[in-house]
This record gives sequence, structure tokens and C-alpha cells, in this order.
Amino acid sequence: MGEAAASGATSHEEPTGLVGLAKATVARPEFVSFVALIVLMVLTSFMNENFFTVDNLLNITRQVSTTGIIAVGMTFVILTGGIDLSVGAIVALASTLMAGMIANMGFPFWLASLVAILGGACTGAVSGFFIARFALPPIIVTLAMMEIPRGLGLIYTNGYPLPIDREFGFIGREYVLGLPIPTLIMLIVFAAAYFVLNRLPIGRYVYAVGGNEDAAILSGIRTARIKLMVYAVSGFTAAIAGMIQTSRLLSGQPNSAIGVELDAIAAVVLGGTAITGGRGHIVGTLIGALLLGVLNNSLNMIGLSPYSQRVVKGVILLIAVLIGYLRKRNSR
Amino acid sequence: MLEMKHITKRFPGIVALNDVSLSLKRGEVHALVGENGAGKSTLMKILSGVYQADEGELLIDGKEVHPTRTRESEKLGINIIFQEFSLVPDLNAYENIFLGREIRTKLGTLDSRAMRRMAREALDRLDMHFPLDCPVADLTVAEQQSVEIVKATIFKCNFLVLDEPTATLTPREVKKLFEVIERLKALGVGCFFISHHLEEIFEIADTVSVLRDGCHVYTGQVNDCTQDELISKMVGREVTQAFPPKRGVAEEADAPIMEVRKLRFPGSDEISFEVRRGEILGVAGLVGAKRTESFLALIGRDPSIEKEVLFQGKPIELRSPHEALTHGIGYLPEDRKRTGLFLPFSIRSNIVISTVARLTNKLGMVLPREEKTLSDRFIQRMRIRTTSDLKTVSELSGGNQQKVIIARWLASNCKLLIFDEPTRGIDVGAKAEIYVMLQELAAQGLGVIVISSDLPEVIGLCDRVLVMRYGSIRATLTGADINSEKIMLYASGGENG
Repeated sequence: MGEAAASGATSHEEPTGLVGLAKATVARPEFVSFVALIVLMVLTSFMNENFFTVDNLLNITRQVSTTGIIAVGMTFVILTGGIDLSVGAIVALASTLMAGMIANMGFPFWLASLVAILGGACTGAVSGFFIARFALPPIIVTLAMMEIPRGLGLIYTNGYPLPIDREFGFIGREYVLGLPIPTLIMLIVFAAAYFVLNRLPIGRYVYAVGGNEDAAILSGIRTARIKLMVYAVSGFTAAIAGMIQTSRLLSGQPNSAIGVELDAIAAVVLGGTAITGGRGHIVGTLIGALLLGVLNNSLNMIGLSPYSQRVVKGVILLIAVLIGYLRKRNSR
Repeated sequence: MLEMKHITKRFPGIVALNDVSLSLKRGEVHALVGENGAGKSTLMKILSGVYQADEGELLIDGKEVHPTRTRESEKLGINIIFQEFSLVPDLNAYENIFLGREIRTKLGTLDSRAMRRMAREALDRLDMHFPLDCPVADLTVAEQQSVEIVKATIFKCNFLVLDEPTATLTPREVKKLFEVIERLKALGVGCFFISHHLEEIFEIADTVSVLRDGCHVYTGQVNDCTQDELISKMVGREVTQAFPPKRGVAEEADAPIMEVRKLRFPGSDEISFEVRRGEILGVAGLVGAKRTESFLALIGRDPSIEKEVLFQGKPIELRSPHEALTHGIGYLPEDRKRTGLFLPFSIRSNIVISTVARLTNKLGMVLPREEKTLSDRFIQRMRIRTTSDLKTVSELSGGNQQKVIIARWLASNCKLLIFDEPTRGIDVGAKAEIYVMLQELAAQGLGVIVISSDLPEVIGLCDRVLVMRYGSIRATLTGADINSEKIMLYASGGENG
């Protein structure tokens, strides 16, 4: 649960004093990623003076926002021990539907967004229904749901981007309180997820389902509902990401967000959430997403080719997971 | 000749085997009896190399051996068939028989013809009949057991251990199994035969040994003792002392808190019983009696099993454990680690998980202070030994873990609690504390059901006892009838069982 996860793998006492607090922080599984994030930022700022500028840093957070928001829903799913491969397809479906509602049906932006986001939640709930009701493996169900929404988006747009007017670009392009709006939305989504996971009973149940499903059932938790919910949440956050993307690109993109599910999973895992469920923290996911974003940005800045970047990203993911495993083993 | 000399095996907080010496001759059937937890399984695991003895030695034909894994003990000619079969369900019989020791052709490919032939010969030798070419998942339990027996005996096998081989067989299948054992005997195989069904022992065994609390208390020829003598040796100790005195509930005066009617598994009789307010109802039975399954079905864990339930006089539906809990019926699972605890979570989280929805403010937000108050209260009440309620529950001892689970259900304010093996694998001190607590609960007017394989516990604690066998209730015992002889009699199928 919240405090179980927060207390990390080695320290179980309530942190007292600075030393205790420091120890508890170091023991947290996402600490590795946090250190990596800092080291990466320091190194890059030496190699390119343009890195450590407000503009660039804000730019990174905007670039990260899509993956970050999707990773929030993915955290819910992975905490229950599941996986959601359908999020990229839901981004695309939400994006095309929203653009269609604006361009072809004359919906106002807010209404189109609302419908698209709720539609995303429902699409996620479809996966959740099959997973919860028939106990089908999440990886198979969401693999199928990777195809269906994507296909529907392609049918609807005939495979072409569906443009919308420039005036609808404010969400993707404007700033509020000095922050890019996508960054702001991402922070709100993370804050809401933090609240749900740590302060609502349902958040406890999410951890419980992943921690021990049989025990959760016998403890009177309606695990099927929880499972349905987490996939709906995942579809919901994916559609929010789709909304931002549509506004930023000024078009509904049926071919967008291919492979984004893997980035989202990577962010969750880098954030220290156990892929088997039951353990993890939403703040870790934010760190994981930022790490991926900074990595992209810094590899660009030092002029590494996109091909090499993939190799480096893969290696870093592998090392991070290995360190996490070793730390967990040694703390036993 | 297989000899175990002065074997001692300790686990943290418990001596599982204490200076046990047993021997097994070729061509002999040696029955091993004892209550659950007496040490039979531990002893067999030492034979198979799963565990190593802390003290003592293992000799085959006078030569000391030290198997450290199953493969090694197999090479020494010792094979064990556990209750849980180790077959791969999707492979067919001969593939399972030769799994990991396949016969190959000169080219290195599998020689299925040779393997089939060898398997066929083994079947003929033991006069067995089952299809070699269909997935073992499609075979009956008895046929799967036959596959196990062939698998165990097809290569070198001088000593065979059968762990509760009859627990899940029908009487006819048991008869057939005994014929196979006779043939193995004739082939010079020595068998350890572990069973709770005493009448079977008199039918098949030559020698019988009794283990009790890890100690070897008796060995003799089966003809030299009676069933009653064996039972008293198994139960042995004075059982009433460790328990607080029973309250002596007035039999009919107390209203039933719950009546269960017509709970029925396919192929079994109907189960009907009632639980009275303020009593401790025991549920006794042997392995395979379907006690756990029955009560899981009762609380709706398996909604496909139909039943009628009257709770506090009103008919209710129990379609899920959630629904049961909303009515105030809680089930504490027998397997702490698998179905009870959330191992990665803190003690606090484990205690409050069923209650957390009530520990909220008006906005539905969980109040950590309330959580802490509640968990601290139960840590104190249950005397859970820990430095902090945030300690991970996996670090506690078995007894303290069990108390955490009990605390979870006490916190949820249930009116009826079903305890499945509440003291399995925990030390004597913690046991006594749990007994006192169970009696307190009953005294407060709760209905308390205790499913237990620990006979002294059932006898010392319970006001009434249901004895189950093969998914039906064979007897309801009260008062002086609650004794080990009667329970064993009905549980093992005596009196028209």
C-alpha cells in the first residue's frame, strides 16, 4: 500500500529525523532512476550549454507529458499485476474522433474533448471487462484491443490525418502560469492519481489486487470491479494524451502514438513499480517518465543519431532494472 | 534395507523430527501414521533429498548416503509419490514417465517406440491399464496415480514412498491400488505407506510406525495392535489441559446464528448444519474431506455451488466473499501466505484492508491516523510482537502472521467467523493465545467455526463437532462424544461410512 511502498524494501520504521528520512529515501526503488536523472542532467549540461535553460527544461516536460500521462494509467494497471498494450491505439482513436467532431460536426473543443476522453475510458473498460469477467490474460486482451481502436480510427479517417483549425491549438501550444499547458495537465493527472492511490480506499484495493488477488477476494474486495476500473483509468489517461496531441498537431492522427505503450511501461518500471504488481508508487512513474524525456533530449543535444539512441535507451532500461533487482535481493 | 537412524530436523521455532529411527526392508509395506504435523512429510522429504537432516544418518544396505536432491535419491533407488502429483498435464503418459530421462536413438532424437515399449512392459508387470497416448490431464485421478507409480518404478526402484495415496480415490480404486502394491512387494520393492485411513493399514501393511509431534512413539507388526490402540498412540498426550474450559453452551436454547441447507458438490451428499450464537463449532475430517471447499462455497468463493443460507433468521444470498462480509460473515483462509496475507505490505495495511472504507472522512478520504489507531489497537489486543505497525508482514513469524490475519477479520466486526486451520504451523505459545481469543469471541456472542485437522484442538476447543468425509457430514458430535476415537472413526469411514 502507500506507506508499505513508501517505506521501501529495507526500512520499516517510520522515518525519524534527517538520517532516517534519508535512509528511507535511498531505500525506495525509484531512487536509482532519480539518481540517474540527476547525473544525466549534470552530464548533459556540461556537454551542451543550451540544455540547462528554462526553455529547454520546459520543453522537455511538454515532450514528456504524453508518455507521462499515459504512464499514470499504466501504473494503475501494473499495480494490479496487469499490463495494457492498447493505450497507443486509444490515443489514436481519441485523436481522430475528436478531430472529426470538431472538423466535421462542429462540436466545440471542450465537448469534443470530453466525448473523446470518455470514449477512451469506455474503450479501456472493454479490455477491463474481458480481463475481469473471464479472467483472460491482460496481455492477450489488450493485444487485441491494440488493433480494434486503431482500426476504427483508420476506418474513420481513411488513413489520413484529419486537420482542425489553428484556433484549437492552444492546449498543445500555450502557457499558463509560465508552464506549458500539457505540462500542467500532466501534473494535475499525477496529483489526482496520487490522491486516488494514497488517500482513497479504492487505491488500497488496487495495491491489494496486485499484492495477492486471492487474499483480496477473501478480504471482501470486489477485485473484478477494481480490474475493470484500472483499465478504464488507463483508457481515460490515454485519451487525455490523445486530446493534447490533437491540439498540438492541429489534426487527428490515426497513425500516431505507435509504440507509446512501451515507453509508458518503461516509465512505470523505471519508476520502481513491480511488474508483478502490488508494489510501486506514482511519484516513481513521474521520475521514470522524466528520465526517459531527459534521456531523449540529451541524446539529441549531444548529437547522437536516432538509431544509436534506441540502443542507448535499451541498455539504460536494462541496467536500471538490473540495479533494482540487485538492490531488492541484497536487502533481503 | 533402508535405515534412518536418529534423524533430527529443526525449523525455526519448531523441532519437526526428534531422534526418529525407522527401517524398511525390501518387499515390506511399512505404514506410517500420525496426526497432521506429526512429522511424516518432513521425514519423507528427508528421504527424497528435499530436506537434509540436522542430525542422524540415512543408510542403504548399511552404507551411509546423503541425497541432497530428488534426482540423487532416485539414483539411490528411493522414489516418492507425493499427494500432489508432479505430472505435466499436457504431456501424455509415456512422455511423463520418461520426462527428463528420455530414451534417445543413436541420432539423439527421441526414441518414442522404445519408450512406449518399456512403459507397456511396466504396465503389464503391475497389471495396470491406462492409455499411454492421451494427455494425462484427461486421465482419472487413479490413472494419473498409476502413471506416477510407473514413473517411479520404471528405472531402479527399491524403496517407494506413497504419501496419502488413497485420499482422493474411490473404494474400488483403492482396492486396485492395493493389488498394485502387492505386486510391487512381490517384485521386492519396499513401501512406506502414509495414510490417515487406519482400516487400510490393517489391510495392506506388514509393519506400522506411529509418529507424534516429531517423535517416534511406536513400531510393531500390524497384527500385534488394534485400531483403537493406534489411535490412542497417535493422539497420545493429555489433550484437555492446554485449553481453557469450555463454557458449556445450552444446547437448544441458543438461537442459530446461521443455518446452511442443501450445500452440495457434484457427486456428494447435501451438507446441512447450523451454527449457534456463542458456540465454537468444530469441523473435523481427513485430507480429501472437502472441508475447505465446502466453506469456500458457503461464502460464495465458488458461486456455482448452490446452497440455502438462513442468517439471523433471514434467508440471504452469498454470491461472493464481499457479500458474505457485508452480512458479517468472514472466512480466514488456511493458507496464510497463498490466500491470507499481502506479503509485501505492512502490518497496518494487512490489518485494515477489509475495513479501510470505513476509516474515511466525509469526502471518502482515508484517514491515516484512524488506520494507525485501529491497527495499533489490534496489534496490542492480539499481542502481535513487532516494533512498528509499518513493518513488512513477511518478516513476522508464522504465529504473528496468523494473528495479523485474525486481526483483519476482528476489525471488520463480523458476526460469524470461519477459521480454517487457525493454528497450523505456529508455535505452542501463539496457539494458546489464539485459543483464548476464540473462546472470548464465542463468549461475546459471535458464531465461531473452526475447521481443523489438529484433533486435540478440535476436542479441547469445540462445543460441537461436524465430522466430514468426501464432501458430506458423517456425524455431529457433542459433549463426551467429542473424542479422538469417535472423530477418527467417522472421518475414516467407520459406522457405515
